[in-house]
Amino acid sequence: MGLLKNIFGSSAAHAAVTQLPSGSITVDRAGEIVSSTVSSAYPAELLRTVGKEVLALLHEAHVAQMPLAEVSIHFAVLRITARELRGGAIIFLFPQTALSPISN
Amino acid sequence: MEVQHKILVLDDDADWLELSREMLAQLPSKPEVRTATSGKRALAMLDAEPFRLIICDLKMPRIDGLQVLAIVRRRYPELRTVVLSALEDEDFRSRAYALGVDMFWLKTEMQGHLQMYLDCLESLLGRDQDGGFRGIQSKGLMDIIQMECLARSSTVLRVTRGSLVARLWIQDGELTDAEAEGARGETAFLRMLTWKSGTFENLPAEPNRERTIFKPVNALLLESAQAIDENDGSAVEASGETVQVHRRTVWKLSLLARAGAEFVVAVPPDGQGVPEALGTEAQTVGQYAHWTRRATESIKRMGDAVDAGPLLHLDANNLERRLLLIPWEHKNFLVGWSPETSEGLLEKTKKLVASWDS
Repeated sequence: MGLLKNIFGSSAAHAAVTQLPSGSITVDRAGEIVSSTVSSAYPAELLRTVGKEVLALLHEAHVAQMPLAEVSIHFAVLRITARELRGGAIIFLFPQTALSPISN
Repeated sequence: MEVQHKILVLDDDADWLELSREMLAQLPSKPEVRTATSGKRALAMLDAEPFRLIICDLKMPRIDGLQVLAIVRRRYPELRTVVLSALEDEDFRSRAYALGVDMFWLKTEMQGHLQMYLDCLESLLGRDQDGGFRGIQSKGLMDIIQMECLARSSTVLRVTRGSLVARLWIQDGELTDAEAEGARGETAFLRMLTWKSGTFENLPAEPNRERTIFKPVNALLLESAQAIDENDGSAVEASGETVQVHRRTVWKLSLLARAGAEFVVAVPPDGQGVPEALGTEAQTVGQYAHWTRRATESIKRMGDAVDAGPLLHLDANNLERRLLLIPWEHKNFLVGWSPETSEGLLEKTKKLVASWDS
């Protein structure tokens, strides 16, 4: 594989872009990933960012005195659904592309 | 010296790419056409050299067109973007426009309307160079309709305001039919003229459409303008601004009641005014507005990190209620619903928000 890549230069010709993450992650109250079913090829740092921002969003909802049991964030090409779990959260990532069914 | 623009065509179908090359060779400006069969390859090409326009398919393996467009709009905001797809689905069309694409065209419409497609592309390629304008923010719907009629156009004008969609049929410069908010004919036309903002696109003409409007367009525009002026004038004459504010509040409360929502909080960007709320207690408005701002900041960071494109909406719930957060015209709206409400909640929220500042 490495030899073929060197010959055809595919990695050099492609920009740093990855497929959208698909699967679920569980994060603890510090935002660290406890378990994940997202492909290991997807950068863990980006998943940690998602985890931390989701926790911040849920935490701010507590501060505003409207704690949320579940939240779904619908981006143009990705849906993120999160449920709060004892300070941490379980987060589901669903690509919303032409290949995958789009759900509201 | 004339600039030769470059067009990048992205499609996983090699035969279609070849056909595209032949079609684009007919463009008067004779652009250089490059092709890519995968999103990764296309993004690498965009990184390596400047392009004027990308024509992108939607349904592609691995990285599909919507994801490519989400990345492209963020990395290359000056690049013109066209979606060319075989997917006849309104949801994909609205998602593509939400990403900020310049044009959405169906492959199935290509055969009958090739010249119109090429004219649109040529216009997109040459806009800056020819000193033209992009966007028509300063023009109202009345101006656009007048322009189309004066130009003796034959077209279907599709106007969108949030989830509200209206269509106007114009044939040889004459207004022949209209559809808006469940109404048809003159009623629909007058109703859509009250919309203050939105987006519009020209669709191919439908000459066989049954005619329901027989009055000249100028007479209808005049009637509508008079009605709007009389409404505005009487409010000012009665007792000035206070009456208008009161009327607006009553109008919004009636919207809230008709939709069945519990509350609405409209949050402008930081430093650009105070949140406006109806249906909730004064002390909670600040809390809701604060959460809305913080949540949208978090969401933006997330979206940027994973290249997921802009936020369309957020849906949340707890035991007491369901919440929808929707960005709309520089504001973020937080709308609260009873937990029992579930049927068509998103559509209801979009309509409520779209009508809010009408």
